[in-house]
Amino acid sequence: MASEVLMPQMGESIAEGTIVRWIKNVGDAVDRDEPLFEISTDKVDAEIPSPAAGVVLEIHVKEGETVPVNSVVALIGAAGEKSESSKSSKSSKESKESKGSEGSKGSEPSKPEAPAPVAAPTAPAPASSSGAVEDLRRTKSSPVVRKIAAEHGIDFTRLEGTGISGRVTKKDILAHLESPASAEASAGSPASDAAAPQTAKRAPASALQVPAFKPGENVRLEKMSVMRKKIAEHMVHSMHTSPHVYSVYEVDFQRIATLREKLKGEYDAAGAKLTFTSFIAAATVDAIRAFPLINASLDGDNIVYKRDINLGIAVALENGLLVPVIRNADERNLLGLSRAIADLASRARSKKLNPEEVQGGTFTITNPGIFGALYGLPIINQPQVAILGVGSIDKRPVVIDDAIAIHPVCHLTLGYDHRLIDGAEAGKFLAYLKERLEQFEV
Amino acid sequence: MTGRLETRRLGTVGYQDALDLQAQLVEERRRGQIPDLLLFLEHPPVITLGVKTRNNRTNIVATDAQLMESGVAVFETGRGGDVTYHGPGQLVGYPIFDLNPDRRDVHRYVRDIEQALIDAVAAFGISADRVEGLTGIWAGNDKLAAIGVRISRWITSHGFALNVSTNLAHFDLIVPCGIQGRGVTSIEQLVGHPVPMADVETAVEAAFRAVFE
Repeated sequence: MASEVLMPQMGESIAEGTIVRWIKNVGDAVDRDEPLFEISTDKVDAEIPSPAAGVVLEIHVKEGETVPVNSVVALIGAAGEKSESSKSSKSSKESKESKGSEGSKGSEPSKPEAPAPVAAPTAPAPASSSGAVEDLRRTKSSPVVRKIAAEHGIDFTRLEGTGISGRVTKKDILAHLESPASAEASAGSPASDAAAPQTAKRAPASALQVPAFKPGENVRLEKMSVMRKKIAEHMVHSMHTSPHVYSVYEVDFQRIATLREKLKGEYDAAGAKLTFTSFIAAATVDAIRAFPLINASLDGDNIVYKRDINLGIAVALENGLLVPVIRNADERNLLGLSRAIADLASRARSKKLNPEEVQGGTFTITNPGIFGALYGLPIINQPQVAILGVGSIDKRPVVIDDAIAIHPVCHLTLGYDHRLIDGAEAGKFLAYLKERLEQFEV
Repeated sequence: MTGRLETRRLGTVGYQDALDLQAQLVEERRRGQIPDLLLFLEHPPVITLGVKTRNNRTNIVATDAQLMESGVAVFETGRGGDVTYHGPGQLVGYPIFDLNPDRRDVHRYVRDIEQALIDAVAAFGISADRVEGLTGIWAGNDKLAAIGVRISRWITSHGFALNVSTNLAHFDLIVPCGIQGRGVTSIEQLVGHPVPMADVETAVEAAFRAVFE
């Protein structure tokens, strides 16, 4: 009985591997634990031992190809044993085996699809042979193909395969998906209203799509983390949803810097860290109270004014970012805000936030200036309608009563959704915020 | 696994001799006859190619004649990574570690090596870092140490090459690690004066013990 050789999982964050060399070829005898092939991920190459003794019956993945972990890369069986796919009629033992794996996949092949009454094999006599071929294609196609088929609701057993004995390969199914006929077929009839614009959208997009790399190019593939994917989705969604407009104000931080120096000791003693962000958060809450539209959302034709001010503070992490939320920020004074910001930021970095602590924000402050940017043009955190970007705080010459003084200066950017907020409203909000900061009262 | 870590300082060893020695030690480590080992050595000038580039020399920019003239040999090896250069003044470290049963994560292993090297060069006042997607450690835009690892049944071989006082001109013969547009540097170049190899070995050994033991 043949045993499957799988692409091993070489580490927690590793989703796929590239076969760089087959040490044994089809027909070669191999001992259990004898090196069978070499794979490569990142800067590591690993020699993979055979999981069983026998003869290499089939090799499914060529040198240089990359496949997901747990994909079947080869079959090893007894010497003289015919490889299963080379025969169209199978021994009872083998067919039992393939039934088993088919059974575990349940009703996968009967996914929603275009009606195909004729194609279904109904006649009892020929069914056994055509059924066997279909079984073979089903059970022998790689998990990648099965997954793609399931995702798109395609019965891949009805596709023409170019693989071994008509097996449907990844290339086949991708080619099928790209063909215009399949777009119609997989869109199906029921939800055609919704599906039609989607396929229409997909067609020009794929026509313009430039591949990120060509086969054989010197690249490294890495799966996006869950967080990365979420950020990507969210950013694209926001840019599609809101027409973003930006206004930038320059704010003199002389008074804040003086206050911070004066109060720092007092706050340290109280176990709180008084940062510029604390002052900006406090002034922002005041400004939001004065301009509640900045704290709103759009719901269809309705403007949703939120009575709570839940302030999100973007925190950069090693490989992404999180926006923990200070609930009811308007109920906190400068000390309370300082404590909340420090607590949320440190727990965001150590990944100890509760899920609800990154939800329900009504306005977001982000700090591109941390890395020295003069100012940033941040993307709105949906379903909010505005976001404040804090630039670097640097000493600059400023003109006061026709004299030049050197003061710390910060650029504040408001990014806002022009569907709801016009430039005048944003300008008034920023002017108010600027005044609050320049004449900060504790 | 937090086990004993033994170091061996081998001095200058020819590349082929080092390959043979590693093969033998990997086998002994697999049988449990030796503990986790960290080999320190230097190679005579040699250019080595990783598994993926065995049949592709586009990242060696020198002609065969130039290679002959500079006395640099070329080797095709079983480690990961692209092309690299080894030579006098470069600390080569080959950890022969058994990652079984609870350290079986190749990414983590590579990140751990990077961390140990970052910690080690910090002892000389150098602030080195990782660069996302580019294995090795970097000082600014320049590569300070290269990493290429082989794993066979979770026993490691090959490892890292840290430039201490390497003749950096020899890197002009290749595109290091196949990465265009970045340079190479050494501890000596960064601190501005010669640093004894033995001091670097001691710092790297301490950092490896801190990270791996």
